[in-house]
Amino acid sequence: MAALLDVASWALIVAGAGFMLTGGIGLLRLPDLFTRMHGASLIDSMGAGLLLSGFMLQEGFTLVSAKMVMILIFIFFTSPAATYALARAAMYAGIMPKTDADSVRRAEDAAASGREDRSSKTS
Amino acid sequence: MMFAAAAAAILVTMAMALARAVKGPNVYDRILAINSFGTLTVLLIPTFGFLSGRPEFMDLALVYALINFIGTIAVTKYSGYADMGHGDGRDDAGDI
Repeated sequence: MAALLDVASWALIVAGAGFMLTGGIGLLRLPDLFTRMHGASLIDSMGAGLLLSGFMLQEGFTLVSAKMVMILIFIFFTSPAATYALARAAMYAGIMPKTDADSVRRAEDAAASGREDRSSKTS
Repeated sequence: MMFAAAAAAILVTMAMALARAVKGPNVYDRILAINSFGTLTVLLIPTFGFLSGRPEFMDLALVYALINFIGTIAVTKYSGYADMGHGDGRDDAGDI
């Protein structure tokens, strides 16, 4: 039983560390503020959740584990609020999400030409 | 052993967040990176506690999470008024 708990907690800790590294790479390499926000939310939700769950399995039912549950609940509620406030402030300051204008225009042209083809076929 | 690996992953991710905070083109990237750095500090405190065999620092992690959230909300709320009323400066808004 103890070995099973050890294996489960190690798997959770390793998965949390992997998600955390993924979020850090996304924070460093993604091209836009809003996509970087996506990477940082990966650190907050999956990294913190899996890592603290693994620590809780390692610890058992103690006061330390109860405090970790409180940290987890707090991060669960405050991370989306902070991300939302940051996105709202950035859009209020005039920072828009980066979109590929050429691909948008190409899609609109393709839709317009498709409509024309269909209308020319029916007429 | 697993705790050392988790601490190493947290430290590497902290270095990445600091690199983004130094490199970030505007202030909102820096706020985002520092928010992530604070969350990683909250996670590093229990990890170091388990690594040293004395997991009694959870109060510090809890208080650090509170301070991190309040600081992020405060900086986000006042970053639009970075010019302190001097000039209309809409083009460099938030450029602290």
